[in-house]
Amino acid sequence: MKVLIVGGGKPVYFLCRTFLDKGHEVTVINRDHEECVQMARRLKVTVVHGDGSDPNILEEAGSHGADAVLAVTPNDQDNLAVCQLASIQHDVPRTIALVNDPDNKNVFKKLGVTAFSTTRTIASMIEQRTALDEIINLIPVGEGKVNITEIKLQPTFPVVGKLLRNLSLPTDSLIAVVLRNSDAVVPRGDTELRAGDRIVLITLPANHGPVLKAITGETS
Amino acid sequence: MASDLFIVIVGCGRLGSHLANQLSRAGHGVVTIDADEHAFGNLSPQYSGFRVEGDATELAVLKQAKVDKADLVISTTRDDNINLMVAQVAKTEFGVTRVLARVFEPRREAIYRRLGVETICPTSVAADLFLKSFIKEGST
Repeated sequence: MKVLIVGGGKPVYFLCRTFLDKGHEVTVINRDHEECVQMARRLKVTVVHGDGSDPNILEEAGSHGADAVLAVTPNDQDNLAVCQLASIQHDVPRTIALVNDPDNKNVFKKLGVTAFSTTRTIASMIEQRTALDEIINLIPVGEGKVNITEIKLQPTFPVVGKLLRNLSLPTDSLIAVVLRNSDAVVPRGDTELRAGDRIVLITLPANHGPVLKAITGETS
Repeated sequence: MASDLFIVIVGCGRLGSHLANQLSRAGHGVVTIDADEHAFGNLSPQYSGFRVEGDATELAVLKQAKVDKADLVISTTRDDNINLMVAQVAKTEFGVTRVLARVFEPRREAIYRRLGVETICPTSVAADLFLKSFIKEGST
């Protein structure tokens, strides 16, 4: 895959490395000349110095043949311009923009640009993690409409020792997988939950809190 | 133009403040937005509109300026991409019927016309004027 990345700083450096390790071809557009030199020295990427929202620079970087364009500058307006230029003028099939203001995510969607907000993802992860030590992983999917949570069951939890069918979990929640002794089991009604199990839980943001309470028994 | 429009002007530099002063004097309701509070110093003492200090690419700032109520939004900052983003957001997110964006780079103007953003390019306008006066002189 041919990937074009517009932006700079460490996130872009490590993004490049990740893509290169997976065997993709990477081109970077960066406004900072010094950073361009460093990037070209350290990584096997094509580096173009300039403004990625300038049609000529984008062209020079080979956007016409690119499979994906990623705009991750600290300015939402630049990320939007890069993605619109790439998809409309250069027919790039996939363009993704970073939004720094989480509110802009929906706005970009209306304008036809796929966007992601690291702020929102990190904020929700920190909130959930600090709330409960037992939560190992929390991934929002479907634009944040669904949470997938991995929880380690402690002996004190009220659900431990119960059969799944006897649990009274709030609606719109599902224990999708039970991980026990490095085995993954999709549970049925007669599956018993045990201390030390790791469960993968699917919830909606609205009932996430009540479901966690029902499982952990914590009141806070 | 009717005399009681509600107009939001983004960017309070030379162009933005000039427009704001004129439109305010003509009796329109005006809000100017600029990220730099010193920029409001360009407004005349007679300017009777509101000032909102903030980055117009932040949705909350546009909401604060009541862009949803605006009859007209003019984005005049020095950054083409800000103007083009503000114009598109005003149109699609806030449903503003009339939106104008200042765009310096003529190559960008073309693509945003295709996206339905009404643009004014000072570079093209100035070039046209220069050429016209040059041709006039040449023909005499």
